[in-house]
Amino acid sequence: MNPEKVVFGFFIVLALTLNFGFFVGDVDNPEHHHVWELFATLVVNAIATVLKFGDRTQLGAVLLATSLAAMLQLIAAVVVWAVAVHVAATGLTPGVTASIVSLSGGAMIANVISVVLLVIETVMLRR
Amino acid sequence: MDNVAFLIFRRMRAPLIVLIIIYSVSVMGLVLIPGQDAEGHLWHMDFFHAFYFFSYTATTIGFGEIPYAFTDAQRAWVTIAIYLTVVGWFYSIGTLIALLQDKTFQHSLAELRFARRIRRMREPFYLVCGYGETGSALVQAITDGNRHAVVIDQRQERVDLLQLENLREYVPALHGDARRPHHLLEAGLKHPLCAAVVALTDVNETNLKIAIAAKLMHPEVKVVCRADSHEVEANMASFGTDFIYDPFDIFGAYLAMAIATPCLTLMRDWLSGLQGEPLHDPHMPPAAGLWILCGYGRFGKAIAANLGARGLDLVLVEAAPELTGKPEGIPLILGWGTEAHTLEQAGVRRAVGLVVGTHNDANNLSIVMTARTLNPNLFIVVRENHKDNEELFRAVGADIVMHPSTIIADRIRVLLVTPLLTEFEQLVRFQDHAWSCELVSRILALVDHQVPDVWEVACDDENAHAICVMTGQGAAITLGALLRDPSDRDQTLPIIPLLLVQGEGRELLPSEDRRIGPGDRLLLCGRPQGRSRLGWSLQNVHSLNYVLTGASSPEGTLWHWLAGRINPAAGQRV
Repeated sequence: MNPEKVVFGFFIVLALTLNFGFFVGDVDNPEHHHVWELFATLVVNAIATVLKFGDRTQLGAVLLATSLAAMLQLIAAVVVWAVAVHVAATGLTPGVTASIVSLSGGAMIANVISVVLLVIETVMLRR
Repeated sequence: MDNVAFLIFRRMRAPLIVLIIIYSVSVMGLVLIPGQDAEGHLWHMDFFHAFYFFSYTATTIGFGEIPYAFTDAQRAWVTIAIYLTVVGWFYSIGTLIALLQDKTFQHSLAELRFARRIRRMREPFYLVCGYGETGSALVQAITDGNRHAVVIDQRQERVDLLQLENLREYVPALHGDARRPHHLLEAGLKHPLCAAVVALTDVNETNLKIAIAAKLMHPEVKVVCRADSHEVEANMASFGTDFIYDPFDIFGAYLAMAIATPCLTLMRDWLSGLQGEPLHDPHMPPAAGLWILCGYGRFGKAIAANLGARGLDLVLVEAAPELTGKPEGIPLILGWGTEAHTLEQAGVRRAVGLVVGTHNDANNLSIVMTARTLNPNLFIVVRENHKDNEELFRAVGADIVMHPSTIIADRIRVLLVTPLLTEFEQLVRFQDHAWSCELVSRILALVDHQVPDVWEVACDDENAHAICVMTGQGAAITLGALLRDPSDRDQTLPIIPLLLVQGEGRELLPSEDRRIGPGDRLLLCGRPQGRSRLGWSLQNVHSLNYVLTGASSPEGTLWHWLAGRINPAAGQRV
């Protein structure tokens, strides 16, 4: 067992599970989507992205690409949140909540691809 | 190229993760710890403000406690967090700086720059593997001729030395192992403008590998190799290496030729010398009598084979014949030859020539000095192993000093810079003594004690535009007419045409009435000013027209029109 692979797999799966946790619930109901969960998703995704740096294989490149896509979506969601609450001071209206949650939904798709690729790689390693 | 980017990413993984964790923990703490607003109500900082606060605190900008003054609990947490974040930043930046100073990193950066430069080469270049004595002499000669070279060497100090060298052209150099095809590819082996690959390392195996790689990956490229053993030579020849040079065989043949035809040797020396150097006097090795040979290594064997074939009397002096092997039919004296009695035994007092060819420069010098005192009239040939000892060998007063690296470098330079001269040398071997002596006196009369300029002219549109245009108009251009002075056609240029190549035909010293047309190639020798004057006739239609007909046709529309008014025949536009 390679401890590096454990950490790697752990963060990639955790990025997906946290993302899913934030995503579930009514799309426009701010009660169903907690800011802490978004924060945790962002941090774990950032770590997962950095962990994928410097892998020269084709699969590594695709994994990095999915993570970068997820990061882009999550940062967009966070910016929308910050602008809505602090800059425009409209608060979490149903419309704002819906756009934040849908952005995180997009990130979740990227994370799903990431996990699927990870599983494929693991299956291919079988001797 | 990816090497560098991947290296940075891989090394920056840990510092970046540390930074992310420190930031998120600090932000989390600040959000969790309750604070007070201006009126003293319980207030929780949100993520936005917490991130903002740490963004300026961690980077030591420090705007103070906003939006409200902190409680003591918050201050306690911020104190811890400040130290954490600053350490995190130091760690990241420190790693990045260490990475920039890292040897591996710098090497891949240099490799990247080198490969990019090679990809952008826009002129033909020669790939020189091995920048030792031979390599540096060759690169010097190539760049002096305004041609480009690319160098690979395994030793960093040699590559650094190249950068200090005062060369006329920039020579990209890679510190890398030429045995690895990857490095050869980076150095432009597959580049369409790579004109030749020259393997000059001092290891036969490496040269062999370079030759194989070159022939496999770029079959059209010319491959030139140095080899010191006959086995490797046969191996290289087996897969079509174009040119294989063995310094000892070359010198053996040279010495034999110098004995048989001194004029021919002198002519070859002059023509293949470096332009502008003084012409040296002919070597006159005695053609009859006893020759003593000291050392029966690779050099001694090559000399013995070549001199033996000439039918000269030989005596061999060798200290360890069990290692070098015993020659057939040559008397052998045991010893180094450094002591007088060994040389006496070999008959130094009645000998006419001495060839000193051990691999030890100190011994070689000692033998020469001893032999000179015993017999001052000896013709002495000595092998110089290291270029550093050049002054000593000059001072010892040998008739011919043989330096393997210089020989190889000279041969390859001639081959790469003026390939027709190599062909010329092959052809003149079959000429008789009188022929070469006459040519030698012609050259001597022409160039006034300096090595003549030897150059090739290819009659194509780029190098001889005027010839192509005039032939297209039906003019007959003879060689004699072409070699007239374009500023006064009654004078001939100080040039001797050495070789004319027309299709498959080769003509040594082509006659003046020979017609020249597009596609022909000429090998010429002469003074530098002759070369530049000839350039006018080759490229400028008016100059060529003048040397051919003597008519100086008017240029420009107005003069052309005027000439047409005065004399309709002369006004014809060229």
